[in-house]
Amino acid sequence: MIAAVIPIALTLFAIGVLLNLYRLAKGPDITDRILALDTLMINSIALIVLADIQMQLGIIFEAALLIALMGFVGTVAMTKYLLRGDVIE
Amino acid sequence: MKHLAYWLPRPLFSLFLAVLWLFLMNTVSIAHILLGLVLGVAIPFITQGFWPEQARAGHPLLVLRYVRAFLWDLLCSNLVVARRILGRTRHLQPGFVLYPVELDDEFAITVLASTISLTPGTVSTHYDAAQHTLLIHVLHLEDEEVLIQQIKTRYERPLQEMFQ
Amino acid sequence: MTTTEIPFLLELVIAFFLLIGALVALLGSIGLARLPDFYTRLHAPTKASTLGVGCTLLGSLLYFSFINEGISVQEGLITLFLFVTAPVSAHMMAKAALHRRVRCVRRTRNVPWEGDES
Repeated sequence: MIAAVIPIALTLFAIGVLLNLYRLAKGPDITDRILALDTLMINSIALIVLADIQMQLGIIFEAALLIALMGFVGTVAMTKYLLRGDVIE
Repeated sequence: MKHLAYWLPRPLFSLFLAVLWLFLMNTVSIAHILLGLVLGVAIPFITQGFWPEQARAGHPLLVLRYVRAFLWDLLCSNLVVARRILGRTRHLQPGFVLYPVELDDEFAITVLASTISLTPGTVSTHYDAAQHTLLIHVLHLEDEEVLIQQIKTRYERPLQEMFQ
Repeated sequence: MTTTEIPFLLELVIAFFLLIGALVALLGSIGLARLPDFYTRLHAPTKASTLGVGCTLLGSLLYFSFINEGISVQEGLITLFLFVTAPVSAHMMAKAALHRRVRCVRRTRNVPWEGDES
């Protein structure tokens, strides 16, 4: 049953990624684009984990964790830049 | 005792870091326990200059009860937000609410703001340290007073019990 | 290793978590795409996507805990990390938007800068 569910879940996440890309391209303000990138990061973690189950590897958590870390740091750095015009004070 | 407090400014945080290291490595070997302990001692010692204020941990039972209530609200709020997202967006009535914070502890305020962000249709947007107010954006604002009372009784009171 | 070794009940639970997680996360992305202004858009990903990915990771945790015959805690760590960072990044983005005075829907109540502009 899991083998049947994973492609469905992957499809749903892929649709989610497409919607995020739509917001990333359209987003009237730059904060919308940052939000879209943040959501894209969260969705890509799920995609990685699902692909991991699909391929029976069990070794790419490091990648997922790195994307989570980088996504968070990137979001905070971008908002910090918008707030202060500088990333490191 | 003075030496111990000097070398171990945050014992709980050190323990947390050591356990976190073991989880990250996903093994429990002697070498990794030692490395985790070294990191647990070194990191708080080096970084203590950046965060002088001391965060206190609450009573474990109260923390558990808070986490349970929080997880339940997380599920409920997701159902509510899901209905709002899928329904007609024209009927949404978004709004800002100024919420008066009664907590003193900085860590407690952080937890409160995070909880507000993750639960029913609210996102905390700005904390004013001078006025002790939290600006909250609400997805669908029906009654300000009811919302403020709800947050007060559900989240702020338990946090107050926990940290005082 | 084939998936047939997993007991039926556990398989059901894992499939449930994966499916629900994907649905909830998709909901967050739909909200991001169709809500009217930035502040309302902020609500969808912070709640839905975090919970959705949390569910997916929980399913993966159960699956690999069974396959590898040992609890794999790393998914738990990622979930915890996401739950801790989601409100922080939402708060930062909202702050940036307030700072830039990003336009919000006209029917929004109590807009903070309404008093001192125009």
